[in-house]
Amino acid sequence: MFGWVKGKTVEVSVRKRSTKFRNTMVAYSFILPNLIGFFIFTFLPIVFALILSFCEWNAGNSDIKFVGLSNYITMFTNDKSFPIALKNTLYYTAVTVPLTLMVSLGLAIIMNKPIKGKEFFRSCFFFPYIASLVAVAVVWMALFNPDKGPVNQILIKLGVSVPPRWAASQTWAMPTIIGLTVWKNMGYYMIVYLAGLQGVPRELYEAAQIDGAGKWKQFTNVIWPCITPTTFFVLMMLIISTFKSYDIMYITTQGGPGEATKVLAYHIYNSAFVSLKFGYASAVAMVLMTMVVAISIMEFKAEKKFTDYL
Amino acid sequence: MVNIKIYNNKNDKYKIIPLMTVYIFLLFGAFIMLIPFVWMLSSSLKNEKDVFAFPIQWIPTVAQWSNYKVIWEKVPLLTGFVNSIKITVIVTVLQILTSTFAAYSFAKLKFKGRDIIFMIYILTISVPWQVYMVPQFIMMSKLKLTDSHIGLIMMHTFTATGVFLIRQFYMGIPNELLEASRIDGLSEYGIYAKIMLPLSKPAIATLCITTFTFEWNDFMGPLVYLSTNNKKTIQLILRMFNTQYSSNYALIMAAAVISLIPVMVLFIFLQRYFVEGIASTGVKG
Repeated sequence: MFGWVKGKTVEVSVRKRSTKFRNTMVAYSFILPNLIGFFIFTFLPIVFALILSFCEWNAGNSDIKFVGLSNYITMFTNDKSFPIALKNTLYYTAVTVPLTLMVSLGLAIIMNKPIKGKEFFRSCFFFPYIASLVAVAVVWMALFNPDKGPVNQILIKLGVSVPPRWAASQTWAMPTIIGLTVWKNMGYYMIVYLAGLQGVPRELYEAAQIDGAGKWKQFTNVIWPCITPTTFFVLMMLIISTFKSYDIMYITTQGGPGEATKVLAYHIYNSAFVSLKFGYASAVAMVLMTMVVAISIMEFKAEKKFTDYL
Repeated sequence: MVNIKIYNNKNDKYKIIPLMTVYIFLLFGAFIMLIPFVWMLSSSLKNEKDVFAFPIQWIPTVAQWSNYKVIWEKVPLLTGFVNSIKITVIVTVLQILTSTFAAYSFAKLKFKGRDIIFMIYILTISVPWQVYMVPQFIMMSKLKLTDSHIGLIMMHTFTATGVFLIRQFYMGIPNELLEASRIDGLSEYGIYAKIMLPLSKPAIATLCITTFTFEWNDFMGPLVYLSTNNKKTIQLILRMFNTQYSSNYALIMAAAVISLIPVMVLFIFLQRYFVEGIASTGVKG
């Protein structure tokens, strides 16, 4: 009798274990198609990039040689382009990020009111975001053509005797690219902010209005604190996207004139696919990566501190 | 309700004037946003000598429709268009299939290693492609996948973002529903196909649109990977046009208009999903 019972429990637990095993297999069968691809084409290269940054490997001689920190030392002491690219990246980020943030938030606040034709305006502001960069860059370069472009012709009509030479000038190339970036992307962040503003309780506005708060007071005391989490998200997305963008420079100015618009990501591309120094390019990539991670951590900490009261 | 409240607010005397300024401001903004596209379209129908004529003639006296005929003969624009359609459609379909599949497991099944694998997925989202494009390229060339569409497709299909987006949506589907179906004898694959997929149409639409737009507009990926002319995508061909016929703005603009059409059509019909997709990632982010 006892033995029979005992036999049954053993059988049950074996079956239990085998169903558990089967469930795990089923679960993995769902993930595997994606996981295998993800592992080979994304995860491995990321790990490999870290290793490669400590190696010397130039296309042509196929040996990978471990060189320790030498790539990093070269970068900071022996590469004239690196500090310029670093400075340009910071310049591009420091202007693009606040500008995009302010414009998109301003637009979102206006659009959050009951206005007619909201859909139309939203589409207008959003459309440049989904349009291809190559196509819009071509138009911008034509509009801002220093010799015959409509923008300079209008400026001359308005009495500016020597209008800026835009993308062809050392000083104006970066502002031109920043203008294009802000124009292209602000619609996206406007929509993110619009969603964030939906979360601001209407009673708070009304209470502030009854207390006689003006528009600016309403903004600083009600809207701004309520949308802090959205602002952090926007900041994060903006900083990462400006740090890594170089397609816009590649298409418009090729990093020039001189090295006026050469950014870090562009320097990585050049080192790897033009100079064919794979190891060195990976070291520059690690610097970019470290900056992104450091800023993410700082943001994460700041967000915790600033959104505690919510 | 809310609208009425705002418009009836009699204490606020300046209601009409601010409203006017708001509209003027918005119209001005819309003008800035659209003017480059209008200029693009208008120039694409002009003679080359009239493109930069000042003051700008917005509607050309004689529309040069022939520009749209000529461009196909100057560069392999059609090849680029077909290649882009091919790559974009394959990446979009594969990404939706594998992402919805993997997301089901991450969202609704318990198994060993789930949380660690998911964390690795999340961590890689914030790693810019520029950081690992070099080793990725080397690996691809070892696998003989450079200068081929397959390499590009493989590189863009298995993204963490897609899995993450769908998983977030799946989390909102109640577990009771799945339990009930399990009792009814549906297998996990059956639940995925008969319950999860039909319920997650909005999320799939969002993923579909973002992937399609990204892939169609992508420039750096094809630039790094594709070197043979007949394999190039529309963006590379447009760029080629731009450098080879740099003085022929009318034709360049016509080619640019052509390159915008697919995304524009998608935008017009599925605008709602574009907006909802961004809004949902933003709030959860």
